[in-house]
Amino acid sequence: MESLGVLLLRPLDTYLEQELDRRCRLLRLWDAPHDRRGEFLRAHALSIRAVVTGGGSGAGGDAELIDALPRLEIIVCYAVGFDHVDLTRCRERGVRVTNTPDVLTDDVADLAVGLAIDAPRRIPHADRYVRAGLWKANNGYYGLTNQFSGKRVGIIGLGRIGLAIAKRVEGFGCPRTRQQAYPNYTYLPTVVQLAAVSDGLVVACSPKEQSRGIVSREVIEALGPRGVLVNVGRGAHVDQPELVAALAEGRLGGAGLDVFEAESDVPQVLMALDNVVLAPHMGSGTRETRKAMADLVLANLEAHALSKPLLTPVV
Amino acid sequence: MESLGVLLLHPVNAYLEQELGRRCRLYRFWESPREEFLRAHAGAVRAVVGNANYGADAALIDALPALEIVASFSVGIDRVDLAKCRERGIRVTNTPDVLTDDVADLAVGLAIAVLRRIPQADRYVRAGLWKSRGDYTLTTRFSGKRVGIIGLGRIGQAVARRVEAFDCPVSYHQRTEQASVYPNYTYYPTVVELAANSDVLVVACPLNASTRHIVSREVMEALGPKGVLINVGRGPHVDEPEMVAALADGRLGGAGLDVFEDEPNVPEALLGMDNVVLVPHVGSGTYETRKAMADLVLGNLEAHVLSKPLLTPVV
Repeated sequence: MESLGVLLLRPLDTYLEQELDRRCRLLRLWDAPHDRRGEFLRAHALSIRAVVTGGGSGAGGDAELIDALPRLEIIVCYAVGFDHVDLTRCRERGVRVTNTPDVLTDDVADLAVGLAIDAPRRIPHADRYVRAGLWKANNGYYGLTNQFSGKRVGIIGLGRIGLAIAKRVEGFGCPRTRQQAYPNYTYLPTVVQLAAVSDGLVVACSPKEQSRGIVSREVIEALGPRGVLVNVGRGAHVDQPELVAALAEGRLGGAGLDVFEAESDVPQVLMALDNVVLAPHMGSGTRETRKAMADLVLANLEAHALSKPLLTPVV
Repeated sequence: MESLGVLLLHPVNAYLEQELGRRCRLYRFWESPREEFLRAHAGAVRAVVGNANYGADAALIDALPALEIVASFSVGIDRVDLAKCRERGIRVTNTPDVLTDDVADLAVGLAIAVLRRIPQADRYVRAGLWKSRGDYTLTTRFSGKRVGIIGLGRIGQAVARRVEAFDCPVSYHQRTEQASVYPNYTYYPTVVELAANSDVLVVACPLNASTRHIVSREVMEALGPKGVLINVGRGPHVDEPEMVAALADGRLGGAGLDVFEDEPNVPEALLGMDNVVLVPHVGSGTYETRKAMADLVLGNLEAHVLSKPLLTPVV
């Protein structure tokens, strides 16, 4: 695929970039300063046939970009979520889209469970306490926290990641409920009902318009002062200002958050709270998984270049 | 049991103290100088209640001629002089089972936290570095890592069950192999061999003369530069100065520590390390479990007073 002109929107992964450079005709969008990007795109428009994006809010692949690239054939996402790509526009233009499902399922599920334990047990807070010398200064005292085992876990979205989370929490004796039709599990028809019978609520659904704001004030209050919210989906799934207020006021017990409405902006109020664990969208951030994701991106590009079936197409 | 003179060694739990005060004749050891207290009350003390860090050693037992029972608010009773108790016909109880899940949750929570650097990432976000420096460093996957457990007792088994749900192969070491009971777990006859074949080594055995410093320099070097040590047992299980040096040198990859040789003192060098997670002996520190532990202590004392079989005797 040496003649394939590939536009990389931002630095994602050294290995991926190296391979793209080696095997394709790589263009880096960030070579142009911010205010000259439009010019850059115009200058290279005719040679760009593929775009590689990352994930998360603002990752690129919107209508504006697609429209600026008349020769665009495929958008390859180095992510499982593809909500940043204008699929309608892609379908209109006949542009293919791929993502990186499965290879990151375990890591995201591990992080979700890690956050689900770390939030009620306040592990990061306890670690800060020890490092600040407070355990010694307070004569061996540290407060009590909340148990994780046996708590009722509600999962919004029983897709690959949701199922992987369910399998893991079973090992802790947590009975599961979830909000999606599936024969063996307790199904709740609304998220509010799910929250009302859960101690921990995990957001693991794919980003779609219908799931925007699915964790509303009502859901947060149903989860309650001893409830914990874990979000490894998208910031947009949660009404963030409501979440922040509920946590600060104690109407929600705690939270483990890997995603936010506008990354990398985390509300100041959250940064000061002890009952939350904050992670910088690192659900798939292990060396093992990022290599697997990079290989999947490259394999999809190669399949496209050779007119073979795409490995993980979305469109 | 209003006439039972109970000596509480340390303010370990508000609810327990309250109940002891209400139902027995409670003496608080920390309220007056030791010698003064013993002169005044030694003869009235028939029961001692301590915990993981405050126990009935030989000197104290000798000073209490009327002592009949030591009820520890802990499962580990390495601070109680069992030989002396047997000599004197003094009963000893602990609090097994009720805290098994919490300690196992913590062990797994620490393992994920160390490998995925959750507390460090949380600090990164709170310091505003996600915004200014961008994505957090890549870490390593937890799922599928080989987990070695020293001591497959209640807590060890609970850890094993949990990590199995993450597809972690489980191996163990203890005095005897139990192949028929654990056909899926691999037994190693020495701790060094266990460490050499593990990515994560979990200490979950009781502390006694043969397990002191069971995690030696040799064991830590066998675990290696990518290995992670998780200690939810007792500080003295590990050669602490050797561990600090190995972590600083990179001969040991990382550690998640709930216990230390001299609590609440934590080696200065650890406080600045990024490859460790440090928590202040919180293994059983949830509201739910501490209440259950307190009730078990009270239940044992009551059984003793009524000449009924003790609920959880050790001696």
